[in-house]
Amino acid sequence: MSKEVITGSEALMRSLHNEGVKTIFGYPGGAIMPVFDALYGYTRGEKKMFDHILVRHEQAAAHAAQGYARVSGDVGVCLVTSGPGATNTLTGIADAMMDSTPIVVIAGQVGVGALGTDAFQEVDLVGVAQPITKWAYQIRRPEDVAWAVSRAFYIARSGRPGPVVLDFPKNAQNHTCEWNPIKVDNVRSYNPYPAIDSSAIEEAAKLINGAKKPFALVGQGVELGNAQNELVEFLEKADIPAGRTLLGLSALPSDHPLDIGMLGMHGSYAANMKTQECDVLIAIGMRFSDRVTGLPSTYAKQAKIIHLDIDASEINKNIKADVAVLGNCKETLPAISSLLNENNHRAWRDSFKKYDDMETEKVIEPGIHPTEGPLLMGEVTHVVAEVTNGEAVLVNDVGQNQMISSRYFKFKNKRSIVTSGGFGTMGFGLPAAIGASFGAPERTICCFCGDGGLQMSIQEFGTIMEQQAPVKIILLNNNFLGNVRQWQDLMFNGRYSFTHMMNPHYQEISKAYNIPYDLVVDRKDLRSKVEKMISTKGPYFLECSIKENEDIVPMTLPGKSVDGMLLELDY
Amino acid sequence: MEKKLYTLLVYSENIAGILNQITAVFTRRQVNIESLNVSASSILNVHKYTITAWSDEEQINKITKAIEKKIDVVKADYYTDEQLFIHEVALFKISTPVLLDNPEVSRTIRRHDARMMEVNHTYSTVLLAGLTEDIADLFNKLNDFKCLLQYTRSGRIAVTRSFDEPISDFLHEQESKDND
Repeated sequence: MSKEVITGSEALMRSLHNEGVKTIFGYPGGAIMPVFDALYGYTRGEKKMFDHILVRHEQAAAHAAQGYARVSGDVGVCLVTSGPGATNTLTGIADAMMDSTPIVVIAGQVGVGALGTDAFQEVDLVGVAQPITKWAYQIRRPEDVAWAVSRAFYIARSGRPGPVVLDFPKNAQNHTCEWNPIKVDNVRSYNPYPAIDSSAIEEAAKLINGAKKPFALVGQGVELGNAQNELVEFLEKADIPAGRTLLGLSALPSDHPLDIGMLGMHGSYAANMKTQECDVLIAIGMRFSDRVTGLPSTYAKQAKIIHLDIDASEINKNIKADVAVLGNCKETLPAISSLLNENNHRAWRDSFKKYDDMETEKVIEPGIHPTEGPLLMGEVTHVVAEVTNGEAVLVNDVGQNQMISSRYFKFKNKRSIVTSGGFGTMGFGLPAAIGASFGAPERTICCFCGDGGLQMSIQEFGTIMEQQAPVKIILLNNNFLGNVRQWQDLMFNGRYSFTHMMNPHYQEISKAYNIPYDLVVDRKDLRSKVEKMISTKGPYFLECSIKENEDIVPMTLPGKSVDGMLLELDY
Repeated sequence: MEKKLYTLLVYSENIAGILNQITAVFTRRQVNIESLNVSASSILNVHKYTITAWSDEEQINKITKAIEKKIDVVKADYYTDEQLFIHEVALFKISTPVLLDNPEVSRTIRRHDARMMEVNHTYSTVLLAGLTEDIADLFNKLNDFKCLLQYTRSGRIAVTRSFDEPISDFLHEQESKDND
């Protein structure tokens, strides 16, 4: 029997369907029109296979795909045109690379015959995307579509996940080929799951069994490996207190007795101070980012370091490991746990309390339960966390809003934090929250933004309006680029070089987009207004009028050791 | 840490754009590539890159891992000179009148085991295959004789002291996985 002959665009639709794609974030344009034409038939009627979410800017398509991927664990997909459509996604791609987020970006391209002629809307996408992708490939023939798409998804989701770019010239979209579905589940030059070295497991277990003051660092690798339960068993068996990285915040429930808070520049005081006291430091699926280590030459020098990671290139990259355990922590954690003695480190755990008490007294209580003065970011987060009972997904933008909401939000469930950690992309929050609302439609999505970051993606109010995406936008408005303002106060003698910002009338904007809006100025209204937001179906925009010059503390100043963390800033 | 000349041997699939990805790893860290040679390997569809760069071991280790992480790179390893059999090729274009005038020039060429490839009235071409130091030595001498018109040197090529390609075992393993 002869095989069915179809266009490259049709092959793309079928290949995406075969990979389990249900939602696509995209924006049409000249060089991707044949694909959008094929998509038309598959987004409605009996043949419906996909929901296509029309964003208002291609960068938002990439961030939405990230948000979708982070909460669902599936690959996020975006579909854009060539040239500027493609380059607009680059920030999201770089962000996904930094934060190990599986997305596949499919971009139109001029026909193969026009490549290199500076044709209209031509850019060497593979060339510019290569350094910031796990894989970038140009599909030049329709018969390569099935293979390339399957390979793209396999690479994006396997091992340490990451972004993949498929550059799809127009001739390959239009030309026909025989339809041959292909499933790629092996690439010979790529080893996503390194073999587990039993001697490394034994060495790690031996060190942990001998430890008097063990300390674990929990990263996003635990979420990516779906090893949340294995983590808890590991920590509980050997009684190891654990700090969580920004991206690993929901890998361990925030009310777990062994949790001691967030790591990093604005993390918990105890987590930072005790890093310099522990005798064995166990890093699990984290990469020793400079925001976590502070000055690396002084970081945990007294400790033996065990580093569990799936990516061999992370070992000894930033911090030297005494024992490197390569592999998926879903497997390596239980392998180590099976060799661990049940242990009790009560005295060591209790010693954290001194620092917790200091932080509670100087930072947390005044931050979440102030009694006078303007609204503070911490109290807003605290109320939202209480009203949502730790069940919501936290999406945030970048800056003070990100640090505060990450510090004070509560997490009961896995995959509940969507943040731009490594790349620090302002404008990430709103589109990522839209994506998250499609990736986890049953969950409440709380999106904390500052006035700077919100305006970098404010066009996405259009997407929210059109899709009725149930995103709860909490704007912490201090009329400042607050984090830079804080650094200007600390390091530049308070010279506010372009950090004060004139804001639009947000209520008018909400009205124009038909998104319910409320404003909190008085502390006494905060809880009822948050409750109203959470109980209102669909999108909601809650503007909070925040103290203009609130600082984020505690803080480890850039280039300083983690035990130099400050509870108060003096400038 | 002490800087040394390291040689990287990188094996990749035969797919367009890989050289760009490999050199970008050096560019990002502002490490100069001293020499680069790309050729087929003894294994079908596997290409081999021989790259030299001055670096310390910590940095070259990170660079090697970052290269090996590229999806279509099969394997990357770094070596010091004593771990490899190394060769380079150089071509020297020299002035024939000086060559005829000064008998030391041809003696020097012979002493280096270099070969005369072409001689005409105006210029002669000399080929030398050997180690980096031999080539540098001949270059310096010919330069001193003031007869050098043009000079070029190939990138280093190298084979390891292991029996077959360092990736042969790896590829066999991968193939047996495919057959499972």
